[in-house]
Amino acid sequence: MTPAATALTVIIAIVAIGTVVGFLAGSSQKMDLEQWTVGGRGFGTVLVFLLMAGEIYTTFAFLGVSGWAYSRGGPVLYVLAYLSLGYTASFFILPQLWELGRKHRLQTQPDFFNSRYGNRYLAGFVCVVGILAFIPYLQLQLDGVGIIVSVASFGHIGRVPAMAVAAALVVAFVFANGIRAVAWVSVVKDFLMIIAAVAIGVGIPLAHFGGIAPMFAALAHARPQQLTMPGATTNLGHSWYISTVLLTALGFYMWPHTFSAAFTARSADTLRRNAIVMPLYTLTLALVFFAGFATVLILPHLNNGDLALLTVVRRTFPAWFLGVIGGAGALTAMVPAAILILTAATLFAKNLYRPIFAPAMSDDGVARLARGMVVLLGATSLGLAIHCSSTLVSLLLTGYAMVTQCFPGVVLGLYWKRVTSPAVFIGMIVGVLTAVVLMSMRLDPLWGLNAGFVALCINFIVTLAATLATPARASAAAAELT
Amino acid sequence: MKTPSIGALALGIVPFVAMCFTVPLWDRVQPLVLGLPFNLFWLILWILLTPCCLWGAYRLQSTADRPASRDP
Repeated sequence: MTPAATALTVIIAIVAIGTVVGFLAGSSQKMDLEQWTVGGRGFGTVLVFLLMAGEIYTTFAFLGVSGWAYSRGGPVLYVLAYLSLGYTASFFILPQLWELGRKHRLQTQPDFFNSRYGNRYLAGFVCVVGILAFIPYLQLQLDGVGIIVSVASFGHIGRVPAMAVAAALVVAFVFANGIRAVAWVSVVKDFLMIIAAVAIGVGIPLAHFGGIAPMFAALAHARPQQLTMPGATTNLGHSWYISTVLLTALGFYMWPHTFSAAFTARSADTLRRNAIVMPLYTLTLALVFFAGFATVLILPHLNNGDLALLTVVRRTFPAWFLGVIGGAGALTAMVPAAILILTAATLFAKNLYRPIFAPAMSDDGVARLARGMVVLLGATSLGLAIHCSSTLVSLLLTGYAMVTQCFPGVVLGLYWKRVTSPAVFIGMIVGVLTAVVLMSMRLDPLWGLNAGFVALCINFIVTLAATLATPARASAAAAELT
Repeated sequence: MKTPSIGALALGIVPFVAMCFTVPLWDRVQPLVLGLPFNLFWLILWILLTPCCLWGAYRLQSTADRPASRDP
């Protein structure tokens, strides 16, 4: 067998095994978003640590972070900071949300806006923003699969057919109710990812430089500017770092699927304890940084940074191991893609379409509409993935620029009784429009600041000003915020 | 609803100051510490220290909550 055939066979086998494990387990275990994000609570400490650390390895972390370490250098350090600070922020936000959620039986992010501000149009708008933010996130996952298959096949299979197959598989996965099975697919994938991360983070520097410290010593000697900000870029300096870390850390729990995790915890205290230990899981992400920086000296002339990690793996390890990493990577992309697509479709049907356009719609009608949305979202993301090329990190930052616009409405809603529904609504609209305009005009970064952060500041200012300009009308939920 | 105390909030701000706002102070390659560039070492160190800050905030929070929880 040629190396390409070996690698592809292993990838297909891993995806097939993962899918079969999923379908088999699916019938016995109920799986929802929260279970997927919080993992199995019944497992032992070591197992839980491995699983949670494995979950840090998304397509973004694996290919995107190493890609930016390779192509941009220093600015990628924002990832290490924002994850830790996202959990820090959650310590002060999620327990409060949980209390409110228990009182009002909230399940989703739009539910919170509806209950706190008593405005279903605002809740519907939050839905739209969540779905818009999901699209680049989905595109990221499909891009990841395309990259994996094209590198593992040594270029024989193009990115476009690979992405089309991945999108079709994800939609099929969701239609076949395989989402229930995601827990067990995640277990398979998380273990493979931990093995892969250690192999690449330790193995690549060891094979080419004799260790991690000699690798950094060589890089500090040959290309010291790559290791600090702005790295290989001209405009991603310290102000960009600060604004991007704030945008992403504050937005970390504003995604529809992370937000709702607050409502299913056993107690507010559980959420606080989780926030304390979660930063430790991001430690293992340093391994991906090692691999990305090592590639700078090993393969200095790649034109697409997102290919860096797999190309260096192909150069360093035997073909079957490239297959193992590629297979784990493909599962890593497809599992969250299935969850994102299902969340977005359900939000659209239940929290947007039915309350505003068709109050009389039956539950069956909602389910049919959601299925239609699954196909539409899959096709949209595929179309974008084929036509707009962007680095994986930029895609996630685009999503954050959208989704963090919910932050003022959430935090002011929790901590300030005076804030009103029209003020939050106007602030969010202005924030989202600013983000869209700045990014479509390629004004990101603007004055050295992340465009999404500029939009967030404007959003905050407008919300505060509009609140102070309108008469206070405390909603029922606000009255209980004492 | 319990609002976080000032002390807990202050402890929560510490990681933001260390990992975000002070970036011009620690964003350099030299000295290499444990073989890592200084900025990478600094961030990894603070990933370890962040849980300590939050644990402190958690302790402050639970001592502040205890008298309140006696109220009906």
